[in-house]
Amino acid sequence: MTTAVEKAAPATGLDDTAETEGALRTLRRGMALSPEFRAGLAVTVLLALLATAGRVVVPVAVQQTIDRGLSGGEPDLGFVRLMVLVCAVAVLLTAACAYAMNVRLYRTSESGLTSLRVRAFRHVHDLSMLTQSGERRGALVSRVTGDVDQISNFMQYGGLMMIMSAGQLVIATILMAVYSWPLALLVWAAFVPLAFALRRFQRLISAAYTRVRERMGDLLAAVSESVVGAAVIRAYGAQERTSRRVDAAVDGHRAAQTRAQAMVALTFPTSELVAAAATAGVVVAGTLLGVGGHLSAGKLVAFLFLVTLFVSPMQTATEVLNDAQNAIAGWRRVLGVLDTAPDVADPGEAGTSLARGPIEVRFEGVSFAYPGGPTVLHDVDAVIAPRSRIAVVGETGSGKTTFAKLLTRLMDPASGRVLVDGVPLDRVRFSSLRERIVMVPQDGFLFDAPLADNIRFGRPGASDEDVRRALTDLGLADWLDGLPRGLDTPVGQRGESLSAGERQLVALARAYLADPDLLVLDEATSAVDPATETRIQRALDNLTRGRTAISIAHRLSTAESADEVIVFDAGRIVQRGPHTALAGTPGAYADLYASWSR
Amino acid sequence: MPSTDTTAPRRVNPRVLREGLGVMAVAVRAEPRVFALAVGASALYAATTVGTAQVLGRVTGRVVLPAFAEGRATAGALTAAALAIVAVAFFKAIGVAGRRFYAGLMQYRMQAAYRRAVTRRYLELPAAWHQRHPAGQLLSNANADVEAAWAPLAPLPMAVGVLVMLVIAAVAIVLVDPVVAIVAFCVFPAVALLNLLYQRRLAPAATRAQRLRGEVSEVAHESFEGGLVVKTLGREAAETERFARSARELRDANIAVGRVRGLLDPMLEALPNLGVLAVLLVGSARLESHAMSAGDLVSVAYLFTLLSWPIRALGWVLADVPRSVVGWRRVRAVLDERAAMPHGAAGLPGDGPLALEVRDVRFGYGDGEVLRGVSFDAAPGRTVAVVGTTGSGKSTLTSLVVRLVDPEAGTVLLDGADVRQLGADAVPAAAALVPQQAFLFDDTVRGNVTLGLDVPDERVWEALRLAQADGFTAGLPDGLDTRVGERGATLSGGQRQRLALARALVRRPRLLVLDDATSSVDPQVEARILAGLRGLAEDGAGATVLVVAYRKATIALADEVVFLERGRVGARGTHADLLERSPGYRDLVTAYERAEAERAAERGASGEEAVR
Repeated sequence: MTTAVEKAAPATGLDDTAETEGALRTLRRGMALSPEFRAGLAVTVLLALLATAGRVVVPVAVQQTIDRGLSGGEPDLGFVRLMVLVCAVAVLLTAACAYAMNVRLYRTSESGLTSLRVRAFRHVHDLSMLTQSGERRGALVSRVTGDVDQISNFMQYGGLMMIMSAGQLVIATILMAVYSWPLALLVWAAFVPLAFALRRFQRLISAAYTRVRERMGDLLAAVSESVVGAAVIRAYGAQERTSRRVDAAVDGHRAAQTRAQAMVALTFPTSELVAAAATAGVVVAGTLLGVGGHLSAGKLVAFLFLVTLFVSPMQTATEVLNDAQNAIAGWRRVLGVLDTAPDVADPGEAGTSLARGPIEVRFEGVSFAYPGGPTVLHDVDAVIAPRSRIAVVGETGSGKTTFAKLLTRLMDPASGRVLVDGVPLDRVRFSSLRERIVMVPQDGFLFDAPLADNIRFGRPGASDEDVRRALTDLGLADWLDGLPRGLDTPVGQRGESLSAGERQLVALARAYLADPDLLVLDEATSAVDPATETRIQRALDNLTRGRTAISIAHRLSTAESADEVIVFDAGRIVQRGPHTALAGTPGAYADLYASWSR
Repeated sequence: MPSTDTTAPRRVNPRVLREGLGVMAVAVRAEPRVFALAVGASALYAATTVGTAQVLGRVTGRVVLPAFAEGRATAGALTAAALAIVAVAFFKAIGVAGRRFYAGLMQYRMQAAYRRAVTRRYLELPAAWHQRHPAGQLLSNANADVEAAWAPLAPLPMAVGVLVMLVIAAVAIVLVDPVVAIVAFCVFPAVALLNLLYQRRLAPAATRAQRLRGEVSEVAHESFEGGLVVKTLGREAAETERFARSARELRDANIAVGRVRGLLDPMLEALPNLGVLAVLLVGSARLESHAMSAGDLVSVAYLFTLLSWPIRALGWVLADVPRSVVGWRRVRAVLDERAAMPHGAAGLPGDGPLALEVRDVRFGYGDGEVLRGVSFDAAPGRTVAVVGTTGSGKSTLTSLVVRLVDPEAGTVLLDGADVRQLGADAVPAAAALVPQQAFLFDDTVRGNVTLGLDVPDERVWEALRLAQADGFTAGLPDGLDTRVGERGATLSGGQRQRLALARALVRRPRLLVLDDATSSVDPQVEARILAGLRGLAEDGAGATVLVVAYRKATIALADEVVFLERGRVGARGTHADLLERSPGYRDLVTAYERAEAERAAERGASGEEAVR
């Protein structure tokens, strides 16, 4: 077992990989992973800065008008006309730069993020079953949706704003310094303390929004309970309890939002007041400087316009910093998924392909323990001959399902090895393995698609005729005929329009159509009625003749029809042999059989 | 949800705008005080924004320019100028803070109120209604749709303030000089029109992107949920391609949004700047004819600069309106849902086991009829087993009996009373259903068993003991206080089923309905559970029990068996009786033995062949 599995044990497993990683390192690694972002980045930034330069056109125009157009008694209208024309062209040019920059930015960021999304999605599927099930499903979905959206938000809004704000401040400062450096210093003296104060504010606001998100999680969980658990709530008259929980969650969320909003509402007026102080200072100091002959009236008025350029970067600063933090955190989580090595890895091209034909399975000294848990399989040795039909039985927790998961390489053993046709399982290519060995789990998940598409999930090329034949082979033609829309019957989300037993029938047909050489059934007919079950059993017996089949069951009917029964108890194989022999011998199987057939 | 999106308004047209204003009016009526405060603050902000330009214009014209001309400045004039600037800013600051805070407060209060209302409605609506509506859709009604409905409330006070601001600004500029005002009357409407154009072009693109974002998320959710199936059938590459298709569509939609933004954002920024340049041009000419002063010119130009940002708030409101209207319609649809389950006022007196009678009950889902006239009864204290093939309507029957749904025809009677005549709480208080799939809440073991029922821990332990769940509960890290995780994820299927059973038993129900409720439990454990229930009945503390089962051990526990065949009662009687009389029943329950016998015969035959 690699460390990835141990990390998967806590619910937040994939998050903590890089929690302490620096923001810059995350950024570097993220950029390295998506080369799309770097292509043409310099041009985009240059365009952004040119676009920003458009914002000082107006102050310059005002200064020029007052100092040169209006000085000396009569206005120099010729000059003003020319100057306005030049400035108008400059405004339009910078707007064009802004357009070009926006289009480039959206194109590159969306392309890069889409490939990141798809890569992360694939990686989640490549993670082992244990790592997947250690995570909340919603958290995994967030890795390919919300977390990536946060990066895109930052690139298209916050990050852009950051560059343009910085550019705006730099250009405004340069222009101020050219007009009058003492006044420029005065403006800076007013805004620098504000910038530091805002940084503090931002931390508080960020913490407040983290709380809002947490409360949102509670809220969604509470609402979701009242929806998903609708039947139970009604059957037990638990409406009062549930609505108390929802009310508490809704109010908690509202209170957190209001608190965060109050903090944000305080940062805005602060920059207004600082700007006013700076403006007042400029008027007083500027007039004194002007009286002394060190400054022109136009330059002083231009300063009044330039100070407004300082306000919006300050007002958006907290928002931009929050965006940046969220984006880095989102990026870190996505990278965290990609960093998690699949502990049950596909050997890929280097691996072996299994030839078609009946499969032999061999367990050699196999032990297994779930991460942080006790050993559930102890040193298991077993050989399952090709073409044999085996039933695996035992009490809950005896290790029979673990046996199946190791056999299908959903997990790897802690020690020992599993061989198929003499090849160690971890040397077999997944493409070959999943084609030859198919497992039908107890809860056969169905996709929200028509019945036929669900059945051909493992063999998408199969025609409707193939699907119908598969159902007929399994003795399910009558059931199919009873469905209102036959093969086109929509099964609903998770297949919930069908009953639990019917879902199992579909899952079984799906595996049968995939045509494996080794079929592993893990309680695959536990919700099906006995008549249908034995009918399927007989059908499978005939159909899988010449293949290897392993069934795990607590209904011992399966064991009765198997060539051989393997009995698990406390992680060990304690008995093995045909049903008739075992049932007559005192031991674990006879006990199980007694309570079953009472 | 995609199906409703096709009919959704995607752009700002007068009809949608009217409907959007109607939605806002609902909020204003609900929170008049907060709205008044927000708009008041916004108006203060508007007035002080124009005031700032006026003050700076006057300071320039009366203090700065004379000082520069005369080469001297008086301390008094400078102090007055500084104070005026700061004083205006002070009121402006109050306006900004008040507007933002109260606008947020209003939005959050409305969100909270409607989230509560929608969820409360979910809890009132009958289970049949829930069966027709996917959980994902209901969740998004309570979350995203409520949020969208009230989204325009955030920029609304600012937009109202901006309208005030435009009026004040227009008046101020006309007072300065009517000719310069013509520039303003060209620029301001142009900005407003550009905003409208912006939203008309953005709204469809943004709606599409929003829909695709939902789709990408749905594909990921379904695919990860079916992860085991994807893995066992080796379909990772195909699933990735399915996801990539949605992701690429989303990418293209986002880029389309970017194009609209990229074009119109710079135009919205450039327009007021061009306006200032026009003011400088026209103003200089007016200055020449002494129609206005240099201070006036500065004031008007500054006003344009200040207005260029807030005027966009009009656009923000317009942008949110179509989404708001769609969200509101969906929320209203839930609130106006009439699919209520009418209740009577009758109670179920007494506290012994209930008599159950099902009279000619019919029920169907969509085009298929599941129950076609089912009748049977169970005397108080008796155990009746319901047996039938997969898909024969057994689960449907159990939900009719505890009135999760009502039959299309026929009646269910408890102690002789039609369940539709009983009070809302009467059935849940007397009858308990343990469904096939145990649903656990993200709560403690105790919380899951009691579901808010006020019972001492001994009663909880007693129920756990009967359900054979006391052993593993005692072994949990915090015992009864252990949280079981989302849908009980930390427990095995059999453990979940046993907790669900304890949840029913702790209520000491007078009618217990078990729908294949021990399918994931080991036969030995199941046998102990059944023995416990039997013991309870013998002690006289039992209930009337309706049990859906396949296993003979379970059926043997029943006093009577109801055999369901193609939606009708095929036969009724004791197990032994039906074995004899009903071929269908015999086929079903003796399937295992027959299979075994056939195999034995085959073995015998092939053995004989081998001997020969």
